[in-house]
Amino acid sequence: MDRIPILKMGHFLLVTIQVDMYDRLALNLENDLINAVQAHESKGVLIDISAVSIVDSFMGRIIGNIATMSKIMDAQTVVVGMQPAVAITLVELGLPLAGVYTALNVEKGMELLQQKITEEAEFDIGEAEEDDDQPE
Amino acid sequence: MMISLNKETLKIVSEQDVVLFRQRLKEYASKIGMSLLNQTKLITASSELVRNILVYARQGEVIIEVVTDRLQTGVRVTFKDQGPGIADIPKAMQDGFSTNKSLGLGLPGAKRLVNYFDIQSTPGNGTTVTIIRWKR
Repeated sequence: MDRIPILKMGHFLLVTIQVDMYDRLALNLENDLINAVQAHESKGVLIDISAVSIVDSFMGRIIGNIATMSKIMDAQTVVVGMQPAVAITLVELGLPLAGVYTALNVEKGMELLQQKITEEAEFDIGEAEEDDDQPE
Repeated sequence: MMISLNKETLKIVSEQDVVLFRQRLKEYASKIGMSLLNQTKLITASSELVRNILVYARQGEVIIEVVTDRLQTGVRVTFKDQGPGIADIPKAMQDGFSTNKSLGLGLPGAKRLVNYFDIQSTPGNGTTVTIIRWKR
């Protein structure tokens, strides 16, 4: 029962949080998501929190953890749909979620993920080309 | 002079109690017509404080009250536990201080989110935190 479903969509994982979060649920999500990134070799994680009315320091930390951990696993994380009251409250609480990509809605979040992944791929190619240019 | 209009006490023993408590608190806050932003701040602050009960004291109780001082109406929440107490309150109120590997934002963050914040603690005898968020 203590599980939030994770949907696989191509190279992405999609999570829509529709219930009130509590600590155990957030911890399970963190664990499940990181495992899913590995299992599906996902390149991006999209978390929709538009139905979440409360994000406190614990849940905020979990969101930050998920972003950091997926980064290490070579996947990008985008959090979408944060309610304005939640954003204001998070900043006043002292947790500005630095280092987490955000977008206004799922559509924009998907675009951002695509863009991030393309940028990374181009960067890799660019680096490889630079190596080729080394004088002999 | 502050008058208490409506009062309810809830036992906090598990994370499920926290979910129920947040729902009850939201009912009280929306019943007096508190703005969505202030509701979010109140519930987020309460979420931090009720977590402290579970983490440090394992159990305790919360009292939700609608209060008025003739000029304004708001919600007062009292968090009581018989846990280990806090040895150094000024230090516990600092951003980033934690004895539990957390972010250390709970107490100082909660204080920033409400209009009134009071903490009483005796080591070995437990902690009582009282907060008030006015309607506007």
